Amino acid sequence: MKQEQMTGAKMVVKALQDHGVDVVFGYPGGAVLPIYDEVFQQNRIRHVLVRHEQGAVHAAEGYARSTGRPGVVLVTSGPGATNSVTGLTDALMDSVPIVLISGQVPTFMIGNDAFQEADTVGITRPCTKHNWLVKETDRLASAIHEAFHVAMNGRPGPVLVDIPKDVQFASGTYIGPDAAQTGHYAPKVKGDIEVVTALAEAIETARRPIFYTGGGVINSGDAACKLLRQLVDKTGFPVTSTLMGLGAYPANGKNWLGMLGMHGLYEANLAMHDCDLMINVGARFDDRITGRVQDFSPGSVKAHIDIDPSSINKVIHTELPIIGDVAHVLEDLLKVWKSRGAKTDAPAVKEWWEQINEWRKIDCLKFEQIGSTIRPQYAIQRLEALTKDHPDRYICTEVGQHQMWAAQYMGMNDPKRWMTSGGLGTMGYGFPSSIGVQMAHPDALVINVAGEASWLMNMQEMGTAVQYRLPVKQFILNNERLGMVRQWQELLHGERYSHSWSEALPDFVKLAEAFGAKGIKVDDAADVDDGIKEMLAHDGPVILDCLVERHENCFPMIPSGEPHNKMLLGEAADTDNAIKEAGAVLV
Amino acid sequence: MSPLNIKKGSSSHSAYDLRDYHEQGTERHTLALIVDNEAGVLARVIGLFSGRGYNIESLTVAEIDHTGHRSRITVVTTGTPSVIEQIKAQLGRVVPVHDVHDLTTEGVAVERELALFRVVGKGDVRVEALRLADIFRAQVVDSTLDSFVFEVTGTSSKIDAFAELMRPLGLEELARTGVVALARGEIDAEIGMA
Ligand SMILES: Cc1ncc(C[n+]2csc(CCOP(=O)(O)OP(=O)(O)O)c2C)c(N)n1
Ligand SMILES: [Mg+2]
Repeated sequence: MKQEQMTGAKMVVKALQDHGVDVVFGYPGGAVLPIYDEVFQQNRIRHVLVRHEQGAVHAAEGYARSTGRPGVVLVTSGPGATNSVTGLTDALMDSVPIVLISGQVPTFMIGNDAFQEADTVGITRPCTKHNWLVKETDRLASAIHEAFHVAMNGRPGPVLVDIPKDVQFASGTYIGPDAAQTGHYAPKVKGDIEVVTALAEAIETARRPIFYTGGGVINSGDAACKLLRQLVDKTGFPVTSTLMGLGAYPANGKNWLGMLGMHGLYEANLAMHDCDLMINVGARFDDRITGRVQDFSPGSVKAHIDIDPSSINKVIHTELPIIGDVAHVLEDLLKVWKSRGAKTDAPAVKEWWEQINEWRKIDCLKFEQIGSTIRPQYAIQRLEALTKDHPDRYICTEVGQHQMWAAQYMGMNDPKRWMTSGGLGTMGYGFPSSIGVQMAHPDALVINVAGEASWLMNMQEMGTAVQYRLPVKQFILNNERLGMVRQWQELLHGERYSHSWSEALPDFVKLAEAFGAKGIKVDDAADVDDGIKEMLAHDGPVILDCLVERHENCFPMIPSGEPHNKMLLGEAADTDNAIKEAGAVLV
Repeated sequence: MSPLNIKKGSSSHSAYDLRDYHEQGTERHTLALIVDNEAGVLARVIGLFSGRGYNIESLTVAEIDHTGHRSRITVVTTGTPSVIEQIKAQLGRVVPVHDVHDLTTEGVAVERELALFRVVGKGDVRVEALRLADIFRAQVVDSTLDSFVFEVTGTSSKIDAFAELMRPLGLEELARTGVVALARGEIDAEIGMA
């Protein structure tokens, strides 16, 4: 084993290099200066100076989700660490591998309320998979290696390594990643073959089957997505996905039903409700998906493939739980099912498709663009039409109505192309995330579909985009409203629009220009295409401020506390009292 | 009959040996966790219980293997069968937790608690306290002319019972350790000393 002596600060940079890290998102401060000094003295790792530590974590999330590699963040103690808490929580909820290195006050000052001291491991304990406070330089290298191991293995997630300044200055022994004890943390990846076989049997006899897929398929990797596609195509079963799983099965694939859930497609939700075999692959029965749990898909037998044992039977009881990595399990499932003759009840499944096609006739996403006021759906539809053939497109979103419209009207044909904050629903996620994606894919087309309110939450990152010449496209659906909040107030709180709009929105064109970026404004439906084309043509960061209808609601919608078959389809539908008292307490 | 050969609500294939899902009464379970003896590990376990709204009836922790840096945490918790399963699965995710054993379902376990009672009194009351202490096989670990400190070990219910008896006899102070437990019979290598 090769052992080298070096300072803790140098170890940090060496360890990152040994893990193949090429980009770090960060912000300096007193407690990390020794590490920044080492960053300065090397060229292998690029450091991106964000404008707020929350932005650093979201950028790292965008990087991680679009590459499948861990995103790395470097922040100082105290406020640097606390500013990253929202990002860490977001990454925990959406299973994004993040390694965050934070500086800490020197060990001998810990506990004394030192300047910029915060109990970082205490504060981040519930929002990381694991964290470490390293008090000896000799322990530092192995802690960082373990951090990468934990972030990437099992269900991915964020980890944090807190390093006091004296530990950064002191010298110690560096050990490489291979020599490090990554401990006992080794989640099971192979599923129980007996249950896999039982699922293969169920596939043979199911009459109304459905695949319900989630972000776990994408996290498992490209092999998992390929296997899913094979399985779906060979069985001929319909497939729907959560918000997080979009792209695992291609939106232009013939068995695709569209997204399911609270704002999912009518056909997807009804198929979930009426199926007799539900095969959950890497999804977690989130409340946006299930609606009222007691009435969730009442007639089905459910299989659940998940690497996280705590996801099994947490919300919905499953008859066929399979704990394992999606790729490993699907490989076994395909093998077993094929060895048994690759059978399905084809006539029954054909009838099932006929039923689904009946539901499709409702055409739940239809809308009409009449007049010059831009309907948000129209703007998204045009954005999709003008960019879908781009060979290398990535879509990020903020949180709100625009996010749901993007999920409904944009088609993801490949995994790792869709970056959105699902579990935490973090406004302000999209813009920094797009910066992270663009850093990882400098030549790609990276678009952030934003709402004006969300975008403002991390607008300072325009400085980052300009400084690093990242041509991220900020497509803002500006309804001058906290649209999703306004929609709930309309449906649930007697149209009392309490604080759901801002009376002092900036001029987004001037705002872009103030940062040295380009701004475009569009407020007439006839100009949408030209605006989008101008945005695409510009080689640099752009804001397209697209002023849209202010009072548009996002449909379909399953009101909270209702089952899948109680979907609201649109303005014509009776939306009065759609949400009952019991549902009103839900979010 | 569903065309699928699987009974709805069944889980014969569960990796977790789930009991009937529909059985929703609250149960008391004693869990033994083998954890790395490192800073923050107890906070992680307790934070999990408080953050997710699980109950802790009692909790004990101490190092059991100095060279291997292992501690044993014994938690007594209550919940419906599905909540108990969820607690175990959540504990299993905590990185420094090596093993989670449900002593309530994995065979029979011996459970013990130790308690100290300060009983203050004179005359007949004092004699009666001493007599009852004898019946409970309590040790007198400290005495003055008008007080005793008794030490009692046993199940939690034995300690509850002794406390009830001492209350009218001058019980002034009570300290309990919380439950520690071991499975009966042969030692399971996993849960024994590492
Ligand atoms: C940080 C944060 N604060 C509050 C919310 C609650 N929230 C959800 S959507 C929304 C409105 C978003 O407005 P905008 O970004 O303009 O999107 P729109 O719904 O109008 O498309 C709010 C306030 C949130 N998701 N995140
Ligand atoms: Mg808005």
